Amino acid sequence: MSTEANMDLRDSYEEKYGFHEPDSFVFKSRKGLDRTIVEEISRMKGEPAWMLEYRLKALEIFEKKPMPNWGGDVGAIDFQDIYYYVKPSNEEAKSWEDVPADMKRTFDRLGIPEAEQKFLSGVGAQYDSEVVYHKIKESLEKQGVIFLSCDQGLKDHPELFKQYFGTVIPSGDNKFSALNSAVWSGGSFIYVPKGVKVDVPLQAYFRINTKDMGQFERTLIIVDEGAYVHYVEGCTAPTYSSDSLHSAVVEIIIKKGGRCRYTTIQNWSNNVYNLVTKRAVAYQDATMEWVDGNLGSKLTMKYPAIYMMEPGAHGEVLSIAFAGKGQHQDAGAKAVHMAPNTTSKIISKSISKDGGRAGYRGLVKVVKGAENCRSTVNCDALILDEHSRSDTYPYMEIEEDKVSIGHEATVSKIGDEQIFYLTSRGIPEEEAAAMIVSGFIEPVVKELPMEYAVEMNRLIQLQMEGSVG
Amino acid sequence: MSQTPELVVKNLHVSVEGKEILKGLSLEIAKGEIHAIMGPNGSGKSTFANTLMGHPKYEVTSGEILFRGESILEMETDARARAGLFMAFQYPVAIPGLTFASFLRAAINARIAPAAGEDGKMPTKKGIAPKEFRKQMLEQMALLKMDEKFATRYLNDGFSGGEKKRAEILQMAMLKPTIAIMDETDSGLDIDALRIVSEGVNALAGPEMGVLVITHYNRILNYIKPDKVHVMVDGRIVTSGGPEMALELEAKGYDWVREEVAQ
Repeated sequence: MSTEANMDLRDSYEEKYGFHEPDSFVFKSRKGLDRTIVEEISRMKGEPAWMLEYRLKALEIFEKKPMPNWGGDVGAIDFQDIYYYVKPSNEEAKSWEDVPADMKRTFDRLGIPEAEQKFLSGVGAQYDSEVVYHKIKESLEKQGVIFLSCDQGLKDHPELFKQYFGTVIPSGDNKFSALNSAVWSGGSFIYVPKGVKVDVPLQAYFRINTKDMGQFERTLIIVDEGAYVHYVEGCTAPTYSSDSLHSAVVEIIIKKGGRCRYTTIQNWSNNVYNLVTKRAVAYQDATMEWVDGNLGSKLTMKYPAIYMMEPGAHGEVLSIAFAGKGQHQDAGAKAVHMAPNTTSKIISKSISKDGGRAGYRGLVKVVKGAENCRSTVNCDALILDEHSRSDTYPYMEIEEDKVSIGHEATVSKIGDEQIFYLTSRGIPEEEAAAMIVSGFIEPVVKELPMEYAVEMNRLIQLQMEGSVG
Repeated sequence: MSQTPELVVKNLHVSVEGKEILKGLSLEIAKGEIHAIMGPNGSGKSTFANTLMGHPKYEVTSGEILFRGESILEMETDARARAGLFMAFQYPVAIPGLTFASFLRAAINARIAPAAGEDGKMPTKKGIAPKEFRKQMLEQMALLKMDEKFATRYLNDGFSGGEKKRAEILQMAMLKPTIAIMDETDSGLDIDALRIVSEGVNALAGPEMGVLVITHYNRILNYIKPDKVHVMVDGRIVTSGGPEMALELEAKGYDWVREEVAQ
């Protein structure tokens, strides 16, 4: 997170996030993907046999599955021109002092240790393929809360891990979930015991440093009965002329009466393909909330999903997608009502400018017998100039009659009259446009903790720089 | 009032989408004066107001606008505002999601930061302290009989007609312009709202501010007493006089002026 002091609005992405440290890995696989690479990753991690087997099966699925022919253009990804595993250090540190200097310098610049001190319960910091720092407040640890890197979770809690891993998103779900399942590394493993409420957020930060790198973190969150957790993830990468790939899988299980909020501020550099599968299952009276901010990347395809498995479950997706020059944000949501008396709410705000393309692709599904479900979908698009594009693909599969489904969509252009009104008060045009955009996304931003709301507005302003005149 | 007028408009011609609307308008307003421009619909009153403020749709084809002795024709709207021009809109524009208070604070800060806007970039200076801003705003809101909650509502979003106009006057009070243009401020106001808004304008009008009231009807001039009344027909000011002229127009209508012009 950035603070007033280290954030000058005039700085570009390049200076603030787009920098990189010289390579200083302890191990880097050769480029490309095959059985040997997968075996190598698993061996280096010292994994149990079942995980290696799982990975190899996933690799087979990945190789068989065709590339998706919808959404964004993924045709240019060369899977043999990517480093699949870059191990930055020999161990996860519990103190920033023990993090290698170059990596610590990076996270300092990104304001992570400072944010940890000020407003977080725990932090995981991933650098390329591995988590280099991980820590949770002692008070939470004493209450039985587990917050580890996913690799450490597998080592320390093998039973719990195996019970849930891959149960929400099977390897075969899609080509990129198969890829992640084959080469996953890093990410978070969280367990919140019955009735425990983690009110102050846990945060993971994902940083790519190496060129031509693929980052494949894996996250598994289990919220037990009546428990609560707010997990926040942020991510950035250096600006390189060649493309990087980020393909994560996030699985969440929320038991009876539990609640999970998962907030993402995705700010990848514009050379990153961001192809992520995120899904939660919510049981009786449980609540899942995805708050999803997509500002960066070359192409993002991400549709956070909630499967409402038992009566009383509730799901929300609040999403912002901002596409500038050369960017395509194919973002959205899925709400699947598997049981009666379940409710969902989707709010999507997409903004496109300078030829960017942003849109909403969503699915609301109600299975036969899931009576008295309610779902509302609102998707609003704001197009800042005539070169830019917005798409809305709201799919509905309603197999039950006794339901209430609402859908509203608006598309608007930033109005000359709005700009004139604000500038007539002395506000410079560029700032006026940024204020209109900030207002447009306010219904989502107000759901963020204060520090992240500030961060989000700053990122929007950054995106808006140079957009006028 | 022998001082140099703050606003001098000379033989102004303005076109909108190729059609000439203003056809040689001249006017001078000094600080401390209240002028009214009256005229029938379509005479070009709002075109004049918007042209003064620099709306990009209005093209000045010839003539001059001098503000404090300098031509403002090449100045952008935001620079004109910071120089001391203000327009109360006939139809204030809604900006959903932007609170009234944060908007107003940004407008004030744009004036405080001199670097702002010069190259179209955003200001980096801090500006007015939030506490001080709030204090000033609440004082002015009390004068305009506005609820405190107003500050946290989204700008002009779902405001009633009266609320919008009061919000315009509140902005004027906070921004302290040298010349304030009231574009049909009386339209859509009931009599109580009109009185409150007019009292607001009267409280602000003084030796440091000149006011230009643009109106179709005489009604607002019962509350805001002009020093001069100008009658506008077909893109020009055809006759000017003292406050009594407003009453004459009220009694006789605009046809009388049209006939005089024709003769």
